[in-house]
Amino acid sequence: MSLIRHVTDPLIRGNPVTLQILGICSALAVTTSLSTAVTMSVALTGVLIASGAIISAIRRHVPTSIRLIVQITIIASLVIVIDEILQAYAFEMSKRLSIFVGLIVTNCLVLGRAEAFAMRNPVLPSMLDGLGNGLGYSLILVIVGSLRELLGAGSLMGRTILPTVADGGWFQPLGLMQLAPSAFFILGLLVWLARAIWPEQAEEPEFRIRTGRPDRD
Amino acid sequence: MASRFHPWRRFLARPNDDRVKTIGIAFLVALVSALVVSVTSVTLKPLQEAHLAAERQARMDKMLDTLPGLRNLMLEAGVDGLETRVVDLSDGSFAEGVDPASYDLVKAAEDPETSIILSPDADIAGLKRIAQYAPVYLLERDGKLLLIVLPVQGAGYQSTIRAMLALEADLVTIAALTIVEQGDTPGLGSRIEEPEWQALWPGKKISDADGNIAISVVRGEAREPYEVDGISGASKTGTGITNMLRFWLGDHGFGPFLDRLRAEGI
Repeated sequence: MSLIRHVTDPLIRGNPVTLQILGICSALAVTTSLSTAVTMSVALTGVLIASGAIISAIRRHVPTSIRLIVQITIIASLVIVIDEILQAYAFEMSKRLSIFVGLIVTNCLVLGRAEAFAMRNPVLPSMLDGLGNGLGYSLILVIVGSLRELLGAGSLMGRTILPTVADGGWFQPLGLMQLAPSAFFILGLLVWLARAIWPEQAEEPEFRIRTGRPDRD
Repeated sequence: MASRFHPWRRFLARPNDDRVKTIGIAFLVALVSALVVSVTSVTLKPLQEAHLAAERQARMDKMLDTLPGLRNLMLEAGVDGLETRVVDLSDGSFAEGVDPASYDLVKAAEDPETSIILSPDADIAGLKRIAQYAPVYLLERDGKLLLIVLPVQGAGYQSTIRAMLALEADLVTIAALTIVEQGDTPGLGSRIEEPEWQALWPGKKISDADGNIAISVVRGEAREPYEVDGISGASKTGTGITNMLRFWLGDHGFGPFLDRLRAEGI
């Protein structure tokens, strides 16, 4: 079925994070541990599916002049609802995620899918597109989160995998992995990997870096 | 077709760039969104408040458990917790109109409206700005103070140290110092979190014989009643704690409040 493509396409090959470099702000902030990365992924996927459904349902009646504001209002409301639910039922987790759940509003991924897909397609494909993109984003977050937690703290989901020196084990944690730059390194490597497999994804450079030598051409 | 004259159908049938429809859709979207958000917020509020209250209680319990004998004192006094009051740091009076239950010291210290900027020579604890009001926790019986707990914070070697300082009724003897939060060097400065080190504090005096604030973490072994052994390899963290306590017990911290308590009681 062609509908399934809406889910599978953005998973790996058309991954919104590695292909369009969208949503990397949160990918960097919430991936110090796997559990925060998973919670954030679930929250974002939920918002993507719901906003896709609602926006697509009213797409024929949204005036062009205010369509962005309408989309943002709907997305923001959904994000507040998710944030409130987390605060009520997963208090510890919502404290660790702090403002980053609220910042889903500004995640280009959500508005991007609303504007590019949900505004032009029926409800079911829009929801599947939201699910696919949400899962694609989740996949990257889970990879980055697992690597950072495993190498930075020797654990996964809070469970010890590599016993650290501080606890009498052998593993010396890499402190860098707990800091933000490591997320950029891992993301960079993933983008590199994706573009090595599918060279057509690489963009033309917008500017040539000047090397100090006189230009040849 | 009757439905053509139905006002809702007529509204939807308007062209999308029509002014009435634009305003109408904007209004409807705002209305529905506001409704959904308010309903969620109101229904989930009790659950969230319960979590917040439990967290405050847990933090307080943790501190109380580090004070030996305090539980007995509380039993004697017939109370099951400390009373929270909010103090105006500028003159040491209890602040009116501030709800102690919801007052958030960390937030207040960051908000320009509720905090004051410290001059560089006053700012020995490296705080830059402090909240105008600070909570204190009191244990009293028949109007007599038994114990007072002061929240203090200051710059350590590479992190902000937050601690609770408990003073006995004479307001000179330390009942306990509990480190609530710190991020100094693991294995060195971070050892201030260890119970063994915090156990050095009870019984120490905050001031010398002349009443000057003299409490300090010293290198090596403590000789005076107002000195506490430092942790070797963590002298910067020790200095941070010294400065933090001296700041908060001094004129810009709880000094005026403690003076007032000594002079007039609660």
